[in-house]
Amino acid sequence: MKHETRKATRHVNQNEDLIFEKSSPGKAAWKLPPLDVPEVDSAKLLGASERKDLGNMPEVSEIEIIRHFTRMSTWNYAIDLGMYPLGSCTMKYNPRVNEAVARVEGIANGHPYQPEKISQGALQILKTLSECLIEITGMDAITLQPAAGAHGEMTGLLMVRAYHHSQGRPRKKVLIPDSAHGTNPATAAMVDYAVENLKSDSRGMVDISALESQMSEDVAALMLTNPNTLGVFEQEIHKIADILHAKGGLLYMDGANMNALVGKVRPGDFGVDVMHLNLHKTFSTPHGGGGPGSGPVAIKKKLEPFLPTPVLVSKSDGTLGFEYNRPQSVGRVRAFYGNFGMFVRALAYIQANGPDGLRQTTEDAVLNANYIRKGLEGTYDLPYSTPTMHEVVFSDKVQAKKGVRTMDIAKRLIDYGFHPYTTAFPLIVPGALMIEPTESESKEEMDFFIEAMKSIAEEVEEDPQIVIGAPHSTRVSRLDETAAARKPVLRWKAPGR
Amino acid sequence: MRYLPKSPADREAMLKTIGLRTVDELFAPIPAEYRLSRDLKIPRQMAESEIVDYFRQRSRENGEGYTSFLGAGAYSHYRPVIIDSLISRGEFLTAYTPYQAEISQGTLQSIFEFQTMICELTGMEVANASMYDGSTAAAEAVMMAVRLTGRRSVVVARSLHPEYREVLATYATHQGMPLSVAGFGADGRADLAELERAISPETACVLIQSPNFFGTIEDVTAIAEIAHKNGAMLVVSIAEAVSLGIVQPPREADVIAMEAQSFGVPLGFGGPHCGVIATREKYVRQMPGRLVGQTVDKQGRRGFVLTLATREQHIRREKATSNICTNQALVALMVNIFMTVYGKVGLKELAKQNLAKTTYAAGQFAKHGKVLFAGAPRFNEFVLETSEDPYAINDRLLGHKLVGGFPLKKFYPELGNAALWCCTELTTRSAIDTAVGLVAESERSVQSSTEETDVEELAR
Repeated sequence: MKHETRKATRHVNQNEDLIFEKSSPGKAAWKLPPLDVPEVDSAKLLGASERKDLGNMPEVSEIEIIRHFTRMSTWNYAIDLGMYPLGSCTMKYNPRVNEAVARVEGIANGHPYQPEKISQGALQILKTLSECLIEITGMDAITLQPAAGAHGEMTGLLMVRAYHHSQGRPRKKVLIPDSAHGTNPATAAMVDYAVENLKSDSRGMVDISALESQMSEDVAALMLTNPNTLGVFEQEIHKIADILHAKGGLLYMDGANMNALVGKVRPGDFGVDVMHLNLHKTFSTPHGGGGPGSGPVAIKKKLEPFLPTPVLVSKSDGTLGFEYNRPQSVGRVRAFYGNFGMFVRALAYIQANGPDGLRQTTEDAVLNANYIRKGLEGTYDLPYSTPTMHEVVFSDKVQAKKGVRTMDIAKRLIDYGFHPYTTAFPLIVPGALMIEPTESESKEEMDFFIEAMKSIAEEVEEDPQIVIGAPHSTRVSRLDETAAARKPVLRWKAPGR
Repeated sequence: MRYLPKSPADREAMLKTIGLRTVDELFAPIPAEYRLSRDLKIPRQMAESEIVDYFRQRSRENGEGYTSFLGAGAYSHYRPVIIDSLISRGEFLTAYTPYQAEISQGTLQSIFEFQTMICELTGMEVANASMYDGSTAAAEAVMMAVRLTGRRSVVVARSLHPEYREVLATYATHQGMPLSVAGFGADGRADLAELERAISPETACVLIQSPNFFGTIEDVTAIAEIAHKNGAMLVVSIAEAVSLGIVQPPREADVIAMEAQSFGVPLGFGGPHCGVIATREKYVRQMPGRLVGQTVDKQGRRGFVLTLATREQHIRREKATSNICTNQALVALMVNIFMTVYGKVGLKELAKQNLAKTTYAAGQFAKHGKVLFAGAPRFNEFVLETSEDPYAINDRLLGHKLVGGFPLKKFYPELGNAALWCCTELTTRSAIDTAVGLVAESERSVQSSTEETDVEELAR
């Protein structure tokens, strides 16, 4: 390694085969209690439906399973190890009390169909979290059902569609800024809206005159991320909302970047009609290697009749329950009531923070992003000089002259002991480096990061190959993704099969 | 605030470096009239001990200590201890989606193993890394069939989980996809003649569940034949994954949409659970969701990557196969560990115990109430018809710390006083006997009151 890092040291870790390669007949990690009812003849009961063989399912012992997964775990980077500056992903600390309370017996083992009279604890959690999120967003009502952000987008747009339908004027298209997440256009297409691109201006914000000319009575909604994916707050948000509302359109806010706003400003106050939150971003529920998420959708009063079923209500006897009879509802968006386990965690996070803690959290998140911006300005190209909120986007313009692209720099960061930032997004910045530190990073950790990024920039000048060939310290490096896609091997097969 | 790693002096120093005096200056881009000048009206900051107390209290109000006979799409099975030990490792718990393969091999290899085991169990050739849940997986599988066949309508069995049907209706209605429903026969299985009549040249697929919502195993072979003969695909939903240990998987299906909650995932009042889609290799490019593939690195070492991303929203935007981004990775890891623990032999033995408990319970209940749909094989659920309203019976069971079967009249008014009962390996004989006793009592009291009425009528 050319430039030494203070952040990390190389360390041996264990190899581990696929579990199937460790299996052999007769090993077992399970033991069932003796049966307290008569044995049955499954062939007689099931007839032709009886299954005789489970193919290549593994047979291994418990210690092997513990080692198998523990060894594999050591090949992962994680927030628990260090800064995870993925832009738009809000990789913040996942508090452990959240995990503890999610595992309390009645909370972990409650059946979704148990009678309401013995479900008041869970319903109270839904109610309290709903009230907190409504207050945080400044909206009027909420559904907690959507399983993730994109699912929330779908639920939100379905409500938009139902609203326009009820107005007697179904509309055809949704406007989406060119800086938006890919889920926005994919969702609009899924609910059968045409997608119309809206360009950004030189400050990286919505181009107001473009919006004015594109807005028509065919536009159902604008899907806006605010702050947007450049980490820029849409300063003319009131104008944007006014332009939409004047022609009967609705303002949808993608709440992916809500970590920049909590306790400081409320979308409901600046004209948003419908928005989703990502509990796995802003509210600290763990990403878990890609999920589970949770994507509640908060709305203004006029959309309330269209909420998905069931809707949580307080009954006349003071207990809580679900209401299913909602004639104008968009319908059900998933079985049961949503990713309840994530609600428990998000509520525990809100309780651990309180109003003062949430505000301080937001301030620290924005402070951290600006600190990194200051530290790297001059070393990396900053394509938009507009003020930064919770994340900052640089470009690889300077380094590209030496043939080094954003992905190379990202891979080199791995050698320095960091997870890469988000690469090549947003699409409006060629060669983007999108950095979101979150509030969870100390000054010391960010200083290490700035130092690493500067060191890599020096390497680019002195010896670009070391960056282009990175990472050099990992178990595997630059896996052949083209081959993986051309001839997909998506499962293990027993030799000879 | 205990999660924030900065001292006031750190903040001061950082602001100075940036060239600002106060933190408020950082929020200057937000128009002043929208900035919040008060505290949020939410509960005050709580100590960890208070948070734990709060949730323990809620837990006590939430069915703690009850023995339940509920299934109906969410099943209570034993969760080996090592599941939580392993998923609690920060390297799994606090990692992002494995886009950076070099530092995500742990997650990637485990998903590859998950995909493999789902294929082994379902008899399919490829499986994805997970979907939100069984209901959305079924809806997405149907949309996959719509893309593959170029046809737009769907035939759904009424014996599919009613909430899955509702979710499909939501997905389909807004895309203008016509849905028709085919009823069930006297044995609780999809009525084949009705199903065939519902199929038209515009039918993209037939969607059934097996074991179905009543716990009965559908005649998948016959249904597949009917669907395929008419150029439609067959999508099979599996809500009780443990059934795969002893029940033939629906190999004739074109797509399987599964809910894997039974494999080590807590009931959790309905979520997070774990959906999965499995299908044939030739359909993989129309499959939604993430996929992990095996490849080699520049030195020829085996490794794993997310692959076929050109189907996905972050590449294809409005042309993607689905908008799905975040899935259920950590829950899929629970499922993976569960499948590894039980494995080839354990899953079969586990399923057998479920079958034995349910057979015993159905036999005992049949002595007092009426067990419906007895003509077809079932796995771990059965429908019990009583003379008394099952809600009233269940109220009495609650007093014995028992949660009775799921009353069906909400979704199937034609089934009257029927309820869906479930037994798993965790259901004890004594709990079954107590419940049977209470149902027997109910039957006796209804009967004697009927007799009294008869006597009164005679006396008149």
